[in-house]
Amino acid sequence: MPMIINGREEPVPGDARVSLLDFLREHLELYGSKKGCNQGACGACTVLVDGERVLSCLALAVQYEGREVTTIEGLSAGGSLHPLQQAFIDHDGFQCGYCTPGQICSAVGMVDELRRGVPSYVTDDLTGTDVGFGHDEVRERMSGNLCRCGAYNGIVDAITDVYAEQGA
Amino acid sequence: MIELTYARAADPDDAVRRAADGTGRYLGGGTNLVDLMRETVEAPSALVDVTGLSREIAPTADGGLMIGAAARNTAVAEHEAVRSGYPMLARAILAGASAQIRNMATVGGNLLQRTRCTYFYDTDGSRCNKRTPGDGCDAIEGFNRMHAILGASTACVATHPSDMCVALAALDAVVHLRSVSGERTVDLCDLHRLPEDRPDIETVLAPGELITAVELPAPNPAERSTYRKVRDRSSYAFALVSVAAALELDGDAIVGARLALGGIAPKPWRARRAEDALRGERATEATFLTAADAELADARPLPGNAFKVQLARRTLAAVLQQLTEGERS
Repeated sequence: MPMIINGREEPVPGDARVSLLDFLREHLELYGSKKGCNQGACGACTVLVDGERVLSCLALAVQYEGREVTTIEGLSAGGSLHPLQQAFIDHDGFQCGYCTPGQICSAVGMVDELRRGVPSYVTDDLTGTDVGFGHDEVRERMSGNLCRCGAYNGIVDAITDVYAEQGA
Repeated sequence: MIELTYARAADPDDAVRRAADGTGRYLGGGTNLVDLMRETVEAPSALVDVTGLSREIAPTADGGLMIGAAARNTAVAEHEAVRSGYPMLARAILAGASAQIRNMATVGGNLLQRTRCTYFYDTDGSRCNKRTPGDGCDAIEGFNRMHAILGASTACVATHPSDMCVALAALDAVVHLRSVSGERTVDLCDLHRLPEDRPDIETVLAPGELITAVELPAPNPAERSTYRKVRDRSSYAFALVSVAAALELDGDAIVGARLALGGIAPKPWRARRAEDALRGERATEATFLTAADAELADARPLPGNAFKVQLARRTLAAVLQQLTEGERS
């Protein structure tokens, strides 16, 4: 069974040691997902698998047979930017841009988690279905994506802007 | 990484058959094992993918909860029965790693994750008895800020990194196991062993034995519980000290408490001495500090982590005070 990457079927690599990140970058020439630390500490390699955010550096590609993978290259449709991509530009959500594909994929996954009512460590009421959306919640939920330029304020503003517009 | 074979287990019997010769490793989300393989700390010749096995979270006949070992951490933390009946567990899981890693990591893998001691990872430059038995330990006279103050040995001072396991220890969780010779259960508190002179042997699992589920006993509705983690940055960091606590009060008298500590020992540390010291006493800060002192009496701090004795003492007392005042369950 192939993997579906940004809507295209791709055969799974035969060598089980190939990470999903290396498969994307080295086999499919999708260079948007970045190899920051390659050990699950920075989040630059974040992609979406069946809509959930995961770290492609810690994922063996062979485990994702039959699954739908979306990278930063697959987020925008028809040449127009995804609303989060535009918001990152509008709010200066980056300087060097290296962490940005991971930040944006992560934020897309995070919004879906919020809609599902997944709590976070800073959520006061664990039993509530509406966990709320505030600065502390966004910072906690995005803590798996590091930005060495320190563009966190712009990142939080960009996410908040899009989220507030689209609603939960 | 060395060359290896990969197979997806169709069911638990298939999994244990494939791993019966002891040369393979079970693969969950890969968030720890893939990293260890890349660093050549682990070099299995075969991977048996068990993520297709049970991930069901279902009530048990006696009011508890059975969690399939392949359930992802996020799925457990967001499950309604966990959030309402076992808030300490939901909060512990959410305190660990990042959202991406929690989406990948399985319950079984979380139980078997290995220490984050940097000397254990440093295959080129450091001695480590856990990696190479008899090699020596460079942490004991090295940078040991993150290391253990309880339960360590002269061979190893590494800590167990899991947050989830600390809550499971306090909750009296039971681990369901399967091997080619049959099924058995082990209390979570007995799953991990102390290092003594064999820090490379971390659990009581036999080679090829598979974790299939974690069972939680029925929640005690009279208990308030929570999990607090203290770390070097406010998110996405391993614990310096963490506390899982459940407290049952009758007025200001303590009926009972279930306590476990993380970040300070080679295994999830059930604090039974502190529990004994609390039972029947009045719920005051002085009582809480006395109980913490009882637990920490055997602490053997290293030069880099002596602060953990006070930190564990004060965090334990603060969490009990919080529960006494009825703040956030």
